[in-house]
Amino acid sequence: MSAVFQVQNLKKSFGGLAVTQDVSISMAPGDRVALIGSNGAGKTTFVNLVTGHLQPDSGKVTLGGGDVTSLGPTKRVQQGLVRSFQVTRLFADMTPQEHVALAVLQRTGRARRILGNFHAMPDVMAEVGELLHTLGIDHIATRKVSEIAYGQQRLLEIALALALKPKVLLLDEPAAGVPQSDTPRIEAALAGLPADLAVLMIEHDMDLVFRFAKRVVVLAAGAIIFDGSPQDVTKDARVREAYLGNYANDRSAA
Amino acid sequence: MAALETTSPTAKATSSPNRLLRDLAGLAVILIVAAIGFLLFPNNLALLTRITAIALLVLSLDLVTGYCGIATLGHAALFGAGAYAAGIAAAHFDINDPIAMVAIGALGGAVAGLVSGAVILRGHGLAQLVLSIAVVHLFHEIANKASEWTGGSDGLSGISPDPVFGVFEFDLWGHTAYGFGIALLVIVFMLLRILVRSPFGMLCRGIKEDPIRVSAMGASVQGTLLRMYVISGAVAGIGGALNAISTQVVGLDSLSFTTSAESLVMLVLGGTGSLFGALIGTVSFMVFKDFVSAVNPFHWLTIVGALLIAVVLFAPKGLYGTAAQLLNRSRRQ
Ligand SMILES: Nc1ncnc2c1ncn2[C@@H]1O[C@H](COP(=O)(O)OP(=O)(O)O)[C@@H](O)[C@H]1O
Ligand SMILES: [Mg+2]
Repeated sequence: MSAVFQVQNLKKSFGGLAVTQDVSISMAPGDRVALIGSNGAGKTTFVNLVTGHLQPDSGKVTLGGGDVTSLGPTKRVQQGLVRSFQVTRLFADMTPQEHVALAVLQRTGRARRILGNFHAMPDVMAEVGELLHTLGIDHIATRKVSEIAYGQQRLLEIALALALKPKVLLLDEPAAGVPQSDTPRIEAALAGLPADLAVLMIEHDMDLVFRFAKRVVVLAAGAIIFDGSPQDVTKDARVREAYLGNYANDRSAA
Repeated sequence: MAALETTSPTAKATSSPNRLLRDLAGLAVILIVAAIGFLLFPNNLALLTRITAIALLVLSLDLVTGYCGIATLGHAALFGAGAYAAGIAAAHFDINDPIAMVAIGALGGAVAGLVSGAVILRGHGLAQLVLSIAVVHLFHEIANKASEWTGGSDGLSGISPDPVFGVFEFDLWGHTAYGFGIALLVIVFMLLRILVRSPFGMLCRGIKEDPIRVSAMGASVQGTLLRMYVISGAVAGIGGALNAISTQVVGLDSLSFTTSAESLVMLVLGGTGSLFGALIGTVSFMVFKDFVSAVNPFHWLTIVGALLIAVVLFAPKGLYGTAAQLLNRSRRQ
């Protein structure tokens, strides 16, 4: 299938430190890719470059065939490239319900209305209720975000991304900080995503990675050292050395 | 769909009727306070009308500072633009209908909001503050230089508004001006209640807390802020027009740095990010200033300064914000 999302020869350095070194990735609709790599490997930087939150030194990002490299983050989101943040970025004074409603309003072109209120828009309320229910945070829908647990904030962060109905979804460590008991909620939400959506997930929990991904990309010191199937990644010598180490050993031992 | 039935009705129940009740209560409070003012100071309605006009300026400032998080010390530029627009329409173009003058004032303020917003939004933090100061000085200087139109430092005179609806003449005691001002304030206040709750209002609050999150939702941060600046300009412009109509002169002080800074002080005093805070801040500051400057004309500024320090240190959310917080806490216990 043709690529919905393509990154070509992306490069970025901070000062003298090359954090992204000639990275190229292509994704087709329906892809489920896991991006792994040790802390500081440049995974979040990659997401920031792709979404337009950082400017690359060189390289090209295309979305649905169109070059978006010079566009800001807002325009890219409008074209269907949506991300979640590793460290939650939420509005402390607003409720989960308001957050998701704002995302739905924005997606449906109603976020600039100066009249009316989303409580009186049945379609928005229905969609918000459904999403919060999927992620298991409907019982705290009307609390302020500053009053809910961090794990719940992480789930809301994912709900926000889903509310934008992306074509390409980049999830930056969605399960980090979520209690073990709640990770099935994230998995359920991921499993329920539209089949034609392309998803790239950064994740450290390898069990989650192996259940989710049909393809694994490994980043080490800003460069891709592996791009292939989950079965092969544990066998790859460089990956073992650079990152997987213990995990791979545990698995083969088990 | 099951989720729909379990979540939305409860969520709905806690919001709309409550809000309507609060709106009506707020409206009643404004009218009662206005009536008390009228009864207590029948000979000082000019001051009360001035407070009303300044309240519109502070509400307007609250929209950009309280709801969007934009730091500005130049907001009187929008107020003054409205005052001059209405005043020039009357003095030079013989447009004397007070409602038309208010509309022209709103338009003038909105245009000034667009211009100063376009400049101020280029900066962030300290740079933003400096740009805002530059803008108000620039407006001041333009008004000073264009003295053929504005009367320069002598002020713009020759404003004599027609009766409101052709019936209520602007009398010497200022009854009509006061009533007109309170009516404008109430209308604007109710419209702003709707605005801050609208999707657009939510978007602005979102930008105040985290613009990067808002852009990651696909909403334009700069576009939204500029739009709010235009709306804010219209509100300040209405305040300026009210001032022009009630005093029948427009002076350079209406777009001064001092007026800008004072309006920020009033907003902080009352509490940013709430419309009631803006009103309470204006009324307490103006009444306090009037009272203290009469009792002690030499040290009134010192006393106002001390009051402000006390509020910022001990009630950082402002008079209204702190009161609301205490009330909430006692209600929970
Ligand atoms: N804005 C920045 N300025 C300078 N260095 C940065 C910046 N952002 C990230 N880095 C550095 O880039 C490297 C990769 O960081 P990051 O992309 O966050 O890694 P990961 O997400 O894989 O843990 C780290 O060494 C980090 O310190
Ligand atoms: Mg990271």
